[in-house]
Amino acid sequence: MTQFAERVAQPLRRLGQSVSTRIWRLGFASRFFFYMLVHSGTALRRFHLTMREIYFSGVLSLIIILVSGLFVGMVLGLQGYETLQRYGASESLGVLVALSLVRELGPVVAGLLFASRAGSAITAEIGLMKATEQISAMEMMAVDPIARVVAPRFWGGVISMPLLAALFSGMGIFGGYLVGVQLIGVDEGAFWSQMQAAVDVRSDILNGVIKSVVFGFAVCWIAVFEGYDAPPTAEGVSGATTRTVVTSSLAILALDFMLTALMFTGGNAS
Amino acid sequence: MTPLRTAEQVVEIDDLSFTYDVRPILRGIDMRIARGKVVAIMGQSGCGKTTLLRIIGGMLRPSRGSARVLGETVHELARDRLYALRRRMGMLYQFGALFTDLSVYRNVEFPLREHTALPDELIHDLVMLKLEAVGLRGASRLTPAELSGGMARRVALARAIALDPELIMYDEPFAGLDPISLGVVARLIRRLNDSLGATSIIVTHDVEETLPIVDYVYFMADGRVVAKGTVEEVRRSREAFVHQFVHGEPDGPVPFHYPAPGYREQLGFAAGAQARA
Repeated sequence: MTQFAERVAQPLRRLGQSVSTRIWRLGFASRFFFYMLVHSGTALRRFHLTMREIYFSGVLSLIIILVSGLFVGMVLGLQGYETLQRYGASESLGVLVALSLVRELGPVVAGLLFASRAGSAITAEIGLMKATEQISAMEMMAVDPIARVVAPRFWGGVISMPLLAALFSGMGIFGGYLVGVQLIGVDEGAFWSQMQAAVDVRSDILNGVIKSVVFGFAVCWIAVFEGYDAPPTAEGVSGATTRTVVTSSLAILALDFMLTALMFTGGNAS
Repeated sequence: MTPLRTAEQVVEIDDLSFTYDVRPILRGIDMRIARGKVVAIMGQSGCGKTTLLRIIGGMLRPSRGSARVLGETVHELARDRLYALRRRMGMLYQFGALFTDLSVYRNVEFPLREHTALPDELIHDLVMLKLEAVGLRGASRLTPAELSGGMARRVALARAIALDPELIMYDEPFAGLDPISLGVVARLIRRLNDSLGATSIIVTHDVEETLPIVDYVYFMADGRVVAKGTVEEVRRSREAFVHQFVHGEPDGPVPFHYPAPGYREQLGFAAGAQARA
């Protein structure tokens, strides 16, 4: 009897422990986030520190973002034309390409690419700095590593992300134009004028920008926290890097659903 | 202990204990380190010496007792006061802990830039002065990846003394160095301590290199101070642990074997013998 009770109790205990560990970690991550926001003065005052990180996570991500944007736009052009021409609406191709990119694909795909290109790099860098005692050495030099190392990386990423998403969308629209107008032969005037008429600055572009800002905050928060919290070993850093990519990808998709529900259901009704 | 009490104490540790989760790491440590001295804390790996250094630096909080450093009780300080205290300390990490994204020059410059508003020319002169003190003025443009272990340790030392600290702590400064670098680093520690008028704590298990350059030695084992004394006292000591440690004997009060079940049972000899019988 006692053996049976023990057998039931053990998985329960493990479940409880893993849940409470996760909640504790979430609380720790939140405290870390607020501490970082409060101590962001250095990153903003000495802006060259943040500029350097904008170069690392923004400028160095340009190639992957631009090339991916081009291909996604070209695919949208092909697929969109296939569907639209069945209804004789192939001139609306510009609208379809632009709206899909600006509202959804731009922020989401750029966010996913950003998480795997820049987020993982941030986590690995901070994690390795911790493993090689650089973080601890900085603390012993009376320099707050969260203000000096973490906050500039965070703000650098947050600033880069919307710019990358915008470039992704722009490049995608260009890709759609290449395939739709230049390759298939959709009327160029209709392509651009319909797009201009249908895409709204506030309800489409601004909402897309808000999404990319939110994704930027989420990815960068996860990346710096995982790096800072990584166990100072080789496995610890590699695990943290993986977790950054997995968690931030899931966070982007979940947040995207929530933001879309908030923005576009209310917006269409009015 | 008594002769040291008369001088001004830079570090005073009273009945200090530290427990990690439930595992006791330090138990009831008492220590006095006087101004101007070079003091070694020796013991085997895992005896708690690095933990003690981290408590002195305010990176860990003791579970009981207190550590007073330069007149302040470290664990009672708020963040700003602790940072102000740390500005008066320098620490050399086991593998240097140089910032890998910065050049040698920028590494040494780092604490000066962070804590002072000196003009560029003056900072340049100070950095060169510190690099000259460790003999690496010519290496200022190299990156940490281009340095040997001994050079990295010396650059880290130049960085640690950039703000002219009153207390310098060394965590295993000799680990993994070749004999020449070892001698260089050892002599540097003594010379810098005397020329800066600082006080130094060396945490190490390297007996041969350490004893010639220190004034006083604490021996730690299993989280306790088991012996202490001046270098002559330590060399003459008949105490079993000190003798074993100083002379590097494999067996003694510290056994060669980690506690294990009986050798014969584990290899199955006992069972086999029974089966045959």
